[in-house]
Amino acid sequence: MSTLTISVGPQHPGSGHFRLIVTLDGDRIVDAIPDPGYVHRGEEKLAEYRNYIQNIPHFERMGLHDANNMMFAYVNAVEHLMDLKVPERADYIRVIMAELNRLIAHLYYTAITGIFVGHSTMFMWPVGDRELFIDLAQMIAGQRVSYAFILPGGVRNDMPEEVKKKAEKACDYFEKRLVEYDKLLMNNPLFERRAKGVGILTKQDAIRLGVVGPALRASGVKFDVRRNDPYSVYDRLDFDIPVSNDGDTWARVWVHMEEMKQSMRIIRQALKQIPTGPVKVNLRGQVRVPPGESFGRAEASRGEISYYLVSDGGRFPYRLRVITPSFRNMIAMPYVLKGMVLADMPPSYWSLDYWPVEADR
Amino acid sequence: MSQIRTFNDFLKRIAIVVGALVVILAVIFGILVFTVPQVKAFNNLLLASFSNPRLMLDFLDRHGVGFNSLLFRVVVFPGFTWAALIAAEVIWFERKFLAKMQVRVGPLYAGKIAGLLQPIADVIKLLFKEMISPARSDKLIYYSVPVLLMAIGSALLAIIPVSEAWLIMRSDVSVLAIFAVAGFGPLVVLLAGWASNSKYPFIGGLRGLHQLVAFEIPMLVSVLGIVLAAGTLDMVNVVQAQSSVWFVVLMPLGAIAFFCCMLAELERLPFDMPEAESEIVVGYMTEYSSMAFGNLQGLAAYIRFYAMAGIFTTLFLGGWHGPQILPAGFEIAQQVEWFTIKTLAVMVLVIILRGVAPRYRMDLLLRMGWARLLVLAFVNLFLVLLIIQMGWFPIKVGV
Repeated sequence: MSTLTISVGPQHPGSGHFRLIVTLDGDRIVDAIPDPGYVHRGEEKLAEYRNYIQNIPHFERMGLHDANNMMFAYVNAVEHLMDLKVPERADYIRVIMAELNRLIAHLYYTAITGIFVGHSTMFMWPVGDRELFIDLAQMIAGQRVSYAFILPGGVRNDMPEEVKKKAEKACDYFEKRLVEYDKLLMNNPLFERRAKGVGILTKQDAIRLGVVGPALRASGVKFDVRRNDPYSVYDRLDFDIPVSNDGDTWARVWVHMEEMKQSMRIIRQALKQIPTGPVKVNLRGQVRVPPGESFGRAEASRGEISYYLVSDGGRFPYRLRVITPSFRNMIAMPYVLKGMVLADMPPSYWSLDYWPVEADR
Repeated sequence: MSQIRTFNDFLKRIAIVVGALVVILAVIFGILVFTVPQVKAFNNLLLASFSNPRLMLDFLDRHGVGFNSLLFRVVVFPGFTWAALIAAEVIWFERKFLAKMQVRVGPLYAGKIAGLLQPIADVIKLLFKEMISPARSDKLIYYSVPVLLMAIGSALLAIIPVSEAWLIMRSDVSVLAIFAVAGFGPLVVLLAGWASNSKYPFIGGLRGLHQLVAFEIPMLVSVLGIVLAAGTLDMVNVVQAQSSVWFVVLMPLGAIAFFCCMLAELERLPFDMPEAESEIVVGYMTEYSSMAFGNLQGLAAYIRFYAMAGIFTTLFLGGWHGPQILPAGFEIAQQVEWFTIKTLAVMVLVIILRGVAPRYRMDLLLRMGWARLLVLAFVNLFLVLLIIQMGWFPIKVGV
């Protein structure tokens, strides 16, 4: 059997900062081996030389358009060890920011899905609509992308009151846009032909390989950290977890679309329920964490992110282990890509929610 | 000289260079006027033609380069220059129009007015880039591919009758000539993929070959209905046969089949698999750089685009026919104007498709070509045969 091996990436319009070594037999993919590590920064080791506050901005770098969710789990771990009680208003602001980030990341996901199937309009529209939520996040946190907003003991600053009105407007507008996305991409017969029944990840495989996040839910497993192990105030909010039993590319994109609707629902509820009061516990001097071990997890936009923190009571963490959703989803890539034609490779691998920077840490 | 910082600086620099050249040439011409008698005679004619331009036109006609000569028709109108101008403006329009669809601005700065000169600025940029060829590529074939593709597109221009009297070529078998010329397309695409000695161009070339071959035959069959209805293989007669009813009304199935095949032949979305950027970079054009790439991706592709849209207009949309809007005596101008409007409308339709459709997949596409469009074209053919046999045809069959 004569095969052709091509390197998709790291300099390829269909790859990020990673390489996919694809072996082709004719047009069929015989083997697809992901080769990560191009953007490895040693975040875990770096964390051992920085104090608990300095760690915040550089952990955000793992998933820049998902910065708050990256921080949420870390701060959960630190607060658990410090036994801190966060003011209620801070909790709500955190949830709002996390859901805004989920929207921003999912819109980016939709955009790249669009361009990977050759749909340039579906790239431009979500990228344009991202601005709505980036502007909202900027109003709350003061930054557009990298917020460094969620700190142990609360959030950095209070949010202005006009966010409520603006968020309501943005959500109303974006709900109309989602209908148009459905027409343009999800219900587009060409996209349905290309994405339905392609790149199937079965329920058994998804569980066996440890896939997390929307890719797992698209394979029929109803697991979401926000529901199964609620943190912050997620247990007080009413939202659904979209689950599909198809496990194909279309289902994974659909789960993202539905999650965006749920995120807006959460933001609306949180803005209604949000109480007044302080937004942070005043921690005097440097943050000192008592010796011990703790585990923090959160549902980031690409799936469950978890931090395992070991502290010896010093200024720096003794050891910090990060498990990112992208890395766990990447493991499923060879299983999903095997047997499909080359043309389906970019949308299928992207639909698994893989982000090289996050996976390489 | 000052440094070139902006596009306007660049234009200024070009103006200075061109101006210097003009001055030098004028000096040489001035010297020649006083030494060579033929040049002196030409100079006198030039001076006289300022008051009486007819003299100059007669002079040009005598030497076979006037308005009525074949050379003028081939090179200027309705031939290459005309098509290249339309191509450049369609490139600009496509960018601007897609940008509007996608809530963007599009080209804005070059040329002050809505980025009108952006295609020209791009061409200038590409001209100044280095021409690179991969190691161990077949240089002769590699560099001849852009030329060949341009030749295919330009040869199609000769067949299109833009008006009844003003056309490049009239042949009894010009409908067949379309397929004879366009049939070279797959070969050239395959050559490009093979000569580049690289993997992505190779896959792109094979895809191009499969796609173009799969759509050549449905295209041919969909045109057969027209040949039967018009009773001729001559494009001019085909248009004359549509003076009362356009063929798109009589055989919509054939028009749909031809339009889909046209999209595939042109490698336009949703059928641009040979140059699918997320999978195989730009397919068989991956290794090309400089103006060779500009030619493949821009000029040659859009001249082919114009030619195929013109053929669709001629075959299905009644060519130059349209309501009279210009006064009598301007028949040619009116025919050219209707032809151009219809052709541009077809091109806009293709551009809209690029804004709303994702890319199709190769295996699905081949199935569509062989199993759907071919059947559609044959159904169209049999329907035409049936109504001709039954004598229901609204126009006179056979010229």
